[in-house]
Amino acid sequence: MSIQSNVEVHTEWGIVSARQAGRNLAKDAGFGNVDQARIATAISELARNIYLYAEKGEIVIQYVEDTESPVSKRGIKIIAKDKGPGISNIRDVMEDGFTTSGGLGAGLPGVKRLMDEFDIHSTAGEGTEITAIKWLR
Amino acid sequence: MTDSFSCIQNQYKEILKQYLEDKNEIGLYQAQQFSKKVLEHQISPEETLSFHLDAIEEFFPDIPHSLRDSFDFLLEVMMGYGMAYRAHQSLRDKQKELEAEINVAASMQQTFLPEEIPQVDSLDIGVISVPASKMSGDYYHFIRDENDCIGVAIADIIGKGIPAALCMSMIKYAMDSLPEQRLQPGALLENLNRVVEQNVASNMFITMMYGSYDPHVHHFYYSGAGHEPGFYYSQKEDTFEELYAKGLVLGIKRHTKFREYHKQVEPGDFVVLLSDGVTECRTEEGFIEREELIELIRKYKELPAQEIVEKVFYELERLQDFQLRDDFSLIILRRKV
Repeated sequence: MSIQSNVEVHTEWGIVSARQAGRNLAKDAGFGNVDQARIATAISELARNIYLYAEKGEIVIQYVEDTESPVSKRGIKIIAKDKGPGISNIRDVMEDGFTTSGGLGAGLPGVKRLMDEFDIHSTAGEGTEITAIKWLR
Repeated sequence: MTDSFSCIQNQYKEILKQYLEDKNEIGLYQAQQFSKKVLEHQISPEETLSFHLDAIEEFFPDIPHSLRDSFDFLLEVMMGYGMAYRAHQSLRDKQKELEAEINVAASMQQTFLPEEIPQVDSLDIGVISVPASKMSGDYYHFIRDENDCIGVAIADIIGKGIPAALCMSMIKYAMDSLPEQRLQPGALLENLNRVVEQNVASNMFITMMYGSYDPHVHHFYYSGAGHEPGFYYSQKEDTFEELYAKGLVLGIKRHTKFREYHKQVEPGDFVVLLSDGVTECRTEEGFIEREELIELIRKYKELPAQEIVEKVFYELERLQDFQLRDDFSLIILRRKV
């Protein structure tokens, strides 16, 4: 089983490849149908953001293990990075209803809710890096 | 959570199985009840769909592959609903939080209004003030000085809701910090105007009418700052006339003068002060006319002042299908015989 997939995103094909890579890894990790679809959707949303706002970037999908916590956990980590315009108002984009494109429930808050952990780092003019993890239950 | 989750999944399997055997309305009724249960346990649409797929795979092990795969397709389509569902939940939580905050603010605001109406032998006073939503942009205040003169203020912040309420709290503190000795209406408005002009954003305006009733000589002195005119009822003539006071809205120009007017009040005469929420009461046919309002007050004029304002409010509220569009304040001061 592969441990990591890196997918370049600069066309819609890239979005599809990233979804596919994420779904495969999630399936191998032992996620059920619903969680596979959630991980694919999260990747889809993150990759679309790259495609729409940064033009190109990369999605990295990793198999992760947390051995430090009392009960060791396994899961899937998604890293979405781009060198696009960055986000100057992170608080705003993490607010429900802020999305400039797409409808209800989409956007970064939607991704955050699909996953278990979510972290965003962005500097205006330099780019954005978003990390999200889903743990196996 | 996981326990009740698998429990609900099993329940779905059971009622589905029952329905597939009996195919009757009872089964469908149970499905409908079940949908309430999944909402109660915050189970999202895609999860419910997976209950179905799991159950179907168990009941029909030979299900065609393509039929089975079609569920993955449907699952993907349902993801959007799932995300919208979770966004809805989080917005609902946020709304509850906001509502709780507003309730606290609204009850704080209530303490800004006078707790009781001053009791004077020669005056019968009625007051009603009802916000359109939880917080009010209307303000009223009574002051009784050592000479037993009764000061009455009614103010309306242009706009409503929370911004107006914030502005209103400032007016309250400005009124409280006025000099102890009695101020003439014109001088009082000049004072307030300075405070408002210095402290409030230039896009917020406050209209106000202030009157002072001297029970020794039964004179009513008043000045206005762009406020909705009230009415003066003369019992002898049985007429209502407009109680208008010319003056610029508070907060526009630093050095504004306010003209002072006065009325000799005869027994049975009364003064009506109101906010524009009263006259801008909108019905299906448009705004009510001031004449209609006069007729309404006339209809109840024999009642005690408090009952008049309550009856007038009730009738106007009913005219608008019990939905106030603006904050509503109505004050009546009547000289007793």
